[in-house]
Amino acid sequence: MAWTPDQPLVSCKDVHKSFGAVEVLKGVSLDVAQGETICIIGPSGSGKSTLLRCINALVPIDRGSITVEGQEVHDPKLDKLALRRKVGMVFQQYNLFPHKSALQNVMMAPVTVLKQDRKEVEERAYRLLKKVRLSGKEQAYPGELSGGQQQRVAIARSLAMNPDVMLFDEVTAALDPETVKEVLVTIRELAEEGMTCLLVTHEMGFAREVADQIYFTDRGVIVEQGSPKEFFANAKDPRTQEFLSQIL
Amino acid sequence: MSRRPRNRPPVDLAGTTDLPVLLPAADSLARRAARERELGAALPRLDWRHGLVLLAVLLVSAGVAQAQAGAGREPVLEVLLRWMPVLLRGFLFNIVISFLAMAVGTLIGTWLGLMQISLLPPVRVGSWFVTQFFRNAPWLVLLFYCMFLLPFEFRIGGLVIPFPDWIKATIGLSLPVLANVSEIVRGAVNSIPSGQWEASESLAFNRRQILWMIILPQCVKRMLPPWMNLYAILTMATVLASIVGVSEMMTQAGRVLAAEDRPDLLIPIYSFVLLCFFVYCYPIARWTVALERRFQVKL
Ligand SMILES: Nc1ncnc2c1ncn2[C@@H]1O[C@H](COP(=O)(O)OP(=O)(O)OP(=O)(O)O)[C@@H](O)[C@H]1O
Ligand SMILES: [Mg+2]
Repeated sequence: MAWTPDQPLVSCKDVHKSFGAVEVLKGVSLDVAQGETICIIGPSGSGKSTLLRCINALVPIDRGSITVEGQEVHDPKLDKLALRRKVGMVFQQYNLFPHKSALQNVMMAPVTVLKQDRKEVEERAYRLLKKVRLSGKEQAYPGELSGGQQQRVAIARSLAMNPDVMLFDEVTAALDPETVKEVLVTIRELAEEGMTCLLVTHEMGFAREVADQIYFTDRGVIVEQGSPKEFFANAKDPRTQEFLSQIL
Repeated sequence: MSRRPRNRPPVDLAGTTDLPVLLPAADSLARRAARERELGAALPRLDWRHGLVLLAVLLVSAGVAQAQAGAGREPVLEVLLRWMPVLLRGFLFNIVISFLAMAVGTLIGTWLGLMQISLLPPVRVGSWFVTQFFRNAPWLVLLFYCMFLLPFEFRIGGLVIPFPDWIKATIGLSLPVLANVSEIVRGAVNSIPSGQWEASESLAFNRRQILWMIILPQCVKRMLPPWMNLYAILTMATVLASIVGVSEMMTQAGRVLAAEDRPDLLIPIYSFVLLCFFVYCYPIARWTVALERRFQVKL
């Protein structure tokens, strides 16, 4: 059964995941269509990061199903590396490779994993760094860059693999308030260009602005979902209301 | 209690003291212990003052020996000078053995360390056992085992390859080295934040690529200080080879003493041996400390 773009690009159905005795995901279902941007919000420890890690097969699930472009992610026969080429991920702690320059960070995976031509990759890397407004910083090492700059290198590094969907896990949570904006601008541009994005974020204003759908999770389940308008105007569930009243 | 310095808050721990002389020492010991805990290895304890003491012992003992010997005998320093080529050739042998044992130990130890983080449980457990076994065995016992278990020659078809004692000693000394290198490698790999693994996995690198291109290059810096420390310890341990009859410096010193048959030479000669090792190991120790400082700032 071939996947067609009118089907969900990422589809989670009744996903369960436990770490030891702690059940972190208790039946999560969500669909992301191609080109859509969805935001996942919710209190700390509700399993948001775990869900993103499951979509990328960094963490195996116990029950349920996750498909990316129609392919079952947790099928033991699946080529995990092929999946990860389609799914880019950006982390809260940037996780740049400290022994490589910004340019090398961006170039490494396409050259060694995709075996693409070095010259071509280098051109693309320059272009991507320019796109995230880091022209002139190509030769800088992560230790010489600010948090916001590092995070934008990390975004460029993921984009260099030409993914079909990008996962962002609280990518601004470790940043100073001034640098948060420059990263959010980059993500918004991506979303506007039609990249499919799954964002975990605490930036409510940003979520309201860019999201097509907002999901609220609490203790391993999705409590509420809706378009930003509905979600912020009339949240029905008391847990969502309480969370929003604390944050807004 | 009035002698307690002002800037020091009163502490009510058992074992603390307010003796003014002891406090700075306790402080510096605590700082050193903290650094060692962070590093997971003992810091070298050598200091340039030790070298001066050794040199002083050498000169004083030479003078005393001279006074005891009386007028009719050859001056001690002249005897030392006469035998110096023999002794230094012995020392060169120590260094050759230390180089070879370190090279073999590092090569095998690196693989052993990587096996310790293998995803296959039998490989992991097996390499863990080998590592622990050689790490916790006395160096001298390992040396004796190699001396007596390994043949003195190998025959491959008609070809006879001799297997001299010093090679066996090198192999014997490389066993504890490889076990320690294995632990250094495992520790360094584990000290890299898990985010590095996650980020590279999400970029579709496979495990081998992650290890060799992302994790190990970051480990080299962290491994260098403990590795150099290990080398200094190994160099000092090469004198153990004298017990199994290899003609390294200690053996040569014994032979010199036997040939001269002058008890007054005992201390000058052994002081000279100590001085040679100090002059060789001290710069390594200093360099190790300097590297640690630099990496602590940068990492
Ligand atoms: N590898 C793991 N092993 C054991 N427990 C884990 C692991 N990863 C996550 N957990 C637990 O799962 C729960 C959910 O974690 P998760 O990181 O998904 O939460 P989160 O919603 O992302 O929270 P935050 O907003 O703080 O990032 C937490 O209680 C956490 O302790
Ligand atoms: Mg999280």
